[in-house]
Amino acid sequence: MKTQIAFTLNNELRKMDVETNQTLADALRYLMGTKSVKCGCERGDCGSCTILFNGKSVRSCLILALEADGQEITTLEGIKKPEEEMTPLQEKLLANNSFQCGFCASGMIMSLTPLLKKNPSPSEEEIKEAIAGNLCRCTGYEPIISAVKELAKENRQQKEKSK
Amino acid sequence: MSKLKYIGKPTVRVDGKAKVTGAATFVEDIDFGPNLLYAAVVESPYAYAKINSIDTSAAEQAEDVVKVVVGKEFPYRFGLYMHDRYIFAQDYVRFMGEQVAAVIARTPEAAKRAAKLVKVDYTELTPILKVEDALCDHPNLVHPELKSYEHVPWFFPQDDSNIAHFRKIRHGDLDKGFEEADQVFEDVYYVPRYAHCAIEIHGAVGKFDHSGRLTVWTSSQSPHTQRHLFAEALKPLGITHNDVRVITPYVGGGFGGKAGVTMEIIAAALATKVQGHPVKVLWSREQEFYNTYQRQGVVAKMRIGVKNDGTMTAIEQLLYWDAGAYVEYGANVVNAAGLSATGPYRIPNIKIDSVCVYTNLPPGGPYRGFGYSEFLFGLESFVDDIAEKLGIDPIEMRLKNAIKEGDTLAYGGKMNPSGLEQAINKVKKELKWGEKRESKDPHIKTGKGISLFWKAPAMPPNASSTCFLKFNEDASINLLISAMEIGQGYHTVMAQIAAEVLGVPPEKIRGENPDTDRNPYEWQTVASHITWSCGNAVYNAAVDARDQIFDLVERALEKKRDALYLEDMQVKSKDEPEWSVPLRDFIIDGLMMKDGTWRGGPIVGRGMFMPEFASALSNPETGQGGKPNVHYTVGAAGVDIDVDEETGKVKIKKTVLAVDCGKALNPSLVEGQITGGLVQGFATVLYEDMRFSDKGKLLNPNFTDYKIPTVHDIPEKMVPIIIETAQPDGPYGARGVGEHTMIPCAPMIGNAIKDALNVRIKSMPLTAEKIVMSQKNQKK
Repeated sequence: MKTQIAFTLNNELRKMDVETNQTLADALRYLMGTKSVKCGCERGDCGSCTILFNGKSVRSCLILALEADGQEITTLEGIKKPEEEMTPLQEKLLANNSFQCGFCASGMIMSLTPLLKKNPSPSEEEIKEAIAGNLCRCTGYEPIISAVKELAKENRQQKEKSK
Repeated sequence: MSKLKYIGKPTVRVDGKAKVTGAATFVEDIDFGPNLLYAAVVESPYAYAKINSIDTSAAEQAEDVVKVVVGKEFPYRFGLYMHDRYIFAQDYVRFMGEQVAAVIARTPEAAKRAAKLVKVDYTELTPILKVEDALCDHPNLVHPELKSYEHVPWFFPQDDSNIAHFRKIRHGDLDKGFEEADQVFEDVYYVPRYAHCAIEIHGAVGKFDHSGRLTVWTSSQSPHTQRHLFAEALKPLGITHNDVRVITPYVGGGFGGKAGVTMEIIAAALATKVQGHPVKVLWSREQEFYNTYQRQGVVAKMRIGVKNDGTMTAIEQLLYWDAGAYVEYGANVVNAAGLSATGPYRIPNIKIDSVCVYTNLPPGGPYRGFGYSEFLFGLESFVDDIAEKLGIDPIEMRLKNAIKEGDTLAYGGKMNPSGLEQAINKVKKELKWGEKRESKDPHIKTGKGISLFWKAPAMPPNASSTCFLKFNEDASINLLISAMEIGQGYHTVMAQIAAEVLGVPPEKIRGENPDTDRNPYEWQTVASHITWSCGNAVYNAAVDARDQIFDLVERALEKKRDALYLEDMQVKSKDEPEWSVPLRDFIIDGLMMKDGTWRGGPIVGRGMFMPEFASALSNPETGQGGKPNVHYTVGAAGVDIDVDEETGKVKIKKTVLAVDCGKALNPSLVEGQITGGLVQGFATVLYEDMRFSDKGKLLNPNFTDYKIPTVHDIPEKMVPIIIETAQPDGPYGARGVGEHTMIPCAPMIGNAIKDALNVRIKSMPLTAEKIVMSQKNQKK
């Protein structure tokens, strides 16, 4: 049986008819076409399907689509400001060749985005903690961490300058 | 060579923006419209059993089911190097999880539900789960018809046995070598199976349209090889190469697991049963573990003769590989390891047996390292132990025997130029070899370990690459090439090569993911040979395009050809510094003459590369006479670790890896291969571990129970070192580097644990539990 839900997806009001047992990851991919949401395990192990649920990073494969009713959902497609080509985080990850195959990239970025919003210059430990639930098999994580550290440093310098 | 503008620079990936914005399309991201059907397979619950009957009647009646297909509808064998695999099991199932039948339905859920309704009657047989059992006197035969299987000429199956391939190397005089030795040592090492764990799962969609065209969208390292294997396997249905089209978008990690053909053939075959409908087969993470390829296990029995000064005089390497139920690809891993199981050492007298053994475990196959990680765990651990017994520093022992340019290889060929000695010395220095790092905690012991590594591309002697280089109106370029962008960054490196020749910056050059209808032939993206092979093809295509440009400018503008050169998207002349003509002015439309007629037309470069010097033919009894390997990439690596002697927990404080990639076309990407390979390798030695039940069932097919590294598991410091001893036939001197970086991980950790605790563990993985237990046993 399908149920219609209404929610905000990437700043737009959207409706979708979902099965009661359908995961949010599945609904976002196949009903909404937001294909940045990737599925690598369907049991919350890999973090590739990470999205923002009311601003918080969550794994969309562990949430039922029904739970999104009335809530605010953001996927990688919706994180940049209209005037930006990419977010500063995306720019940094690009400039550092941080990803290889790129399959984990959207989940990683969606885990790092709330961290940087809360704390624009996180420590290495905080960066690692933010992506501890995102598996990457290609990079050894090092190029991802160093890109975010570089951004954190720039943000810190920026803040000090503006003081 | 003049100064290089684009080669050797840490260029930003040309596919980077697509990946950080989520725009990169993977196979599961493609929409196939309302006609799409979904397939679920019926799997064998036994590791070995006879299929008596299959009853599909209940499944056929189920809601939304379109078709139920059983194995007998496709009685065809296929395979890359040996035709020993079936699209679906026929009379026997040979591993647990093997596909027996499939249900095609309108929804994935309906397909899964109905698959459970297919009743298969089996007679369970005793499975062969260990190599020893497969090789005993009068074993059950996993493939009784082995002798009738087609295979490449460099495989030597043994009739009426479970030996699918027996690679022998005999070089020098082994007995004499051992006689000349002052001491002879023996040891045995064990390596279990491993899983690739690319984060993107295998998926494939097949569509057999009403005109008889078969298009298959796959997540693959091998689009052209897939086209060939699909066409060969489905030939009895009247399908030819011309009918088959394989389209491969971005791949979410390969590591060998998406090489060749595994589950994709199911989508290709099922499509022919539901003409006009695309049909999707998407593996689950569990199926990804047990029904693609697994890295093969090996038992390595070694004997090495040495002089008291450390000089190696003889080696005997007996490698017995647990290759699983089907070895159409895995047998070539066995072959490659057999050719090179001396390691990067100059040893005059050699006996190698590398034996490919059928078992009733899932099919073995290619995995980053292609057999070298497996045999080097034993060999490089053993070399350390021998050095200790001789009272020689392990690095000195290695320097004494390290292979040099021109030295004779096990199969009789000559070693290519390499910076192995330089790599060893750089690792030694960076690791502060000889200095013991102090530990403040009495339970934490520190240790250092090193390992050398080497690997050659394992490929047919005539594996080739092709490139069409297509200019657009603004002088930007599309490279039609058919290697796969699996994360290594090859699109970027190919763009850099074309950029260097044509004076067009890499960001104006797009690498196109393969569509076998459009992109020209490439063998496969495996063997770390793409930079070298496809790189040469792209180089040749760029030179071809440049020649056309110069020909045109000479002919239409009457410029002296020898003075022409390309820079900043313009043609310039050394003779006339003030003169230039932008490529965009003529690259499509040509040049207009005074009388209003035109010369030239769209510039399209064509390039091809095949190593014409390689040969896989050799004496089956000695392995001598051919030139199976095109070159070796070598290097050295080391670690500095903490081990908690109470918990067995290993912490990697620092690791360093030096690799001779000939020429780092893009150092940033080479470093990416180093850090990524190290972390993947450390996981195999410290905790990854496939566990099978005594019935042959894989017990941990998920990331909760089969741990792969998280960000918290990486070394505190990783130091990549690039060495550049040019490969004479490589593009700008480059040779491959992708697989090599994970190869030394296991032995260098084992050697560091030995250094820290004085225990030697001879079976991977070297888990905390094994470390603690070995400490306890030692104290007894």
